[in-house]
Amino acid sequence: MRTEPKARLKTSAMIASFADPGQKTAPAPFGHALVKAARENERIAGLTADLGKYTDMHIFAQAYPERFFQMGMAEQLLFGAAAGMAQAGLVPFASTYAVFAARRAYDFLCLDIAEPNLNVNIVGGLPGLATGYGPSHQATEDMAIFRGMPNLTIVDPCDPVDIEQAVPQLAASGGPTYLRLLRGNVPTVLDEYDYTFELGKAKVLRGGNDVVFVSSGLMTMRALAAAKELAAHNVDPAVVHTPTIKPFDAATVLAEVDTDRLVITLENHTVVGGLFETVASAAVRAGISRRILPIGLPDEFLHAGALPTLHERYGLTVERIKQTVLAEL
Amino acid sequence: MRHHALDMGEVQGQGYVGQALGAADMFAAVYADQLRFRAEDPDWEGRDRFLLSTGHYAIGHYAALAEAGIVPVSELATYGSDDSRLPMSGMSTYTPGMEISGGSLGHGLTIAVGTALGLRHRGSAARVFNFLSDGELDEGSTWEAAMGAHHHRLGHLTAMVDINALQADGKTDTVLRTEPVADKWAACGWFVQRVDGNDVPALLAAFDAAAAQAAPEGVPSVILCDTRVGKGVPLLEEREKAHFMRIEENEWQICREQLAAGYQGEGK
Repeated sequence: MRTEPKARLKTSAMIASFADPGQKTAPAPFGHALVKAARENERIAGLTADLGKYTDMHIFAQAYPERFFQMGMAEQLLFGAAAGMAQAGLVPFASTYAVFAARRAYDFLCLDIAEPNLNVNIVGGLPGLATGYGPSHQATEDMAIFRGMPNLTIVDPCDPVDIEQAVPQLAASGGPTYLRLLRGNVPTVLDEYDYTFELGKAKVLRGGNDVVFVSSGLMTMRALAAAKELAAHNVDPAVVHTPTIKPFDAATVLAEVDTDRLVITLENHTVVGGLFETVASAAVRAGISRRILPIGLPDEFLHAGALPTLHERYGLTVERIKQTVLAEL
Repeated sequence: MRHHALDMGEVQGQGYVGQALGAADMFAAVYADQLRFRAEDPDWEGRDRFLLSTGHYAIGHYAALAEAGIVPVSELATYGSDDSRLPMSGMSTYTPGMEISGGSLGHGLTIAVGTALGLRHRGSAARVFNFLSDGELDEGSTWEAAMGAHHHRLGHLTAMVDINALQADGKTDTVLRTEPVADKWAACGWFVQRVDGNDVPALLAAFDAAAAQAAPEGVPSVILCDTRVGKGVPLLEEREKAHFMRIEENEWQICREQLAAGYQGEGK
């Protein structure tokens, strides 16, 4: 009797890549960017809470061991100590997973870093849906948690181009920042566009006649791919990339929103309290009465599983974006 | 300093006078004997850092800052009032000489670890002192920091713990038993001393012993200070202990007289 060969199961992994096969990638862009910034700014220090290897901080630790501080699996200490270092004149970048920064250490970030407006740069790995480990590791609401914190700048980069250019700007900005880290081999896409990262600015990556995608983070990569593929359906979307979520560049985004095109926000985050609501509230404040359709994670605890499966299930894939657009038009 | 605390307390009609009186000797000892600072330049880079973790002890800290010449004595009358630089819970953004914003308890020692790491990294010879209360020993973050300070060999860090055995909901041993406190710090690798926190010579000796072994790559020190809430004013020492002590309008003058009688009696 012959047994059928077992189908290869898709499995979850802590660090799952969201790169498509054959896509151009850059290794550990944050780690390398921090090393480069540290070469020019001797006050930059790196800290982590037992997640150096998983937040690309190990690249910095290898390059500058005397400027790297391992704080152990102790996130309250990580951010309290980062505050103390900033007060002593250093410019700390402190990394952990986004869930732990946002959920475990909030009080320390809020009172020790944001209230005194210190130049501490929080680096959160696995933002949104970037791992198949389930709610313990999926920071689906990190921006919602952080948007309410005064003084805090929030950056949701798309790719290595964003990350490389953002890191020195985060170090140079006087106050606290939160970077939604994409780590490991990160797909590079923005090099194909006439684009530079400017802290606090949104950029129109491509114009379009029918649809306006307003996106941040890795969803900008997906929005750009969907826009290209929608041409086959005679749909021509514009893409506005808003890597800085707070302070929000309402002027640039609203200029695109306030037309008769279909407006869709795309974010790797719950539809509660993130990019969608940022855009919507900016529009309402400006008196712009337009329907805005959110593509983002549902307001629920997400499943564990393989990342591609989950991205498909929760509507973040290029294919699902296309379906959403075509159903709307 | 105790008179300052009573004066500030009277402005508000209540407040953390009991803690300020209890910890006055700790503040006095560290400011008069240990800290290097420049009163006219509170942000002087070479200063030793004194981090008040227990924000509601600000009333005691303000008394020390006034005696140190960092805050004018006349300004103490604004304590806790609108637009004052002296809020009820100490904040670095409000008050010169206040290094951190305390109040959310269990933060101070974590910040102190970073301050000590940062100063050492930058080649500073400054020492770091963290004032915390025994209530803050309930907070897990205090122990994260205790382990971190030992791991990073922060010999220039000294913690001073006010053990008044009292917290918001009652006596410490009924809220969350923290004893044996000395053993806990020792287990975290600290150089531990326990003294009567209202015995100034004993405090000074403990600070000297801590300073003697303070080194940039050494063992951090903790001085556990057993204090008496309301110390120096018998009326308050004997009152039922409360985190937030209510004092009647007519009692403030009695407190002052009792306080003065105490130290004048000592002088005879």
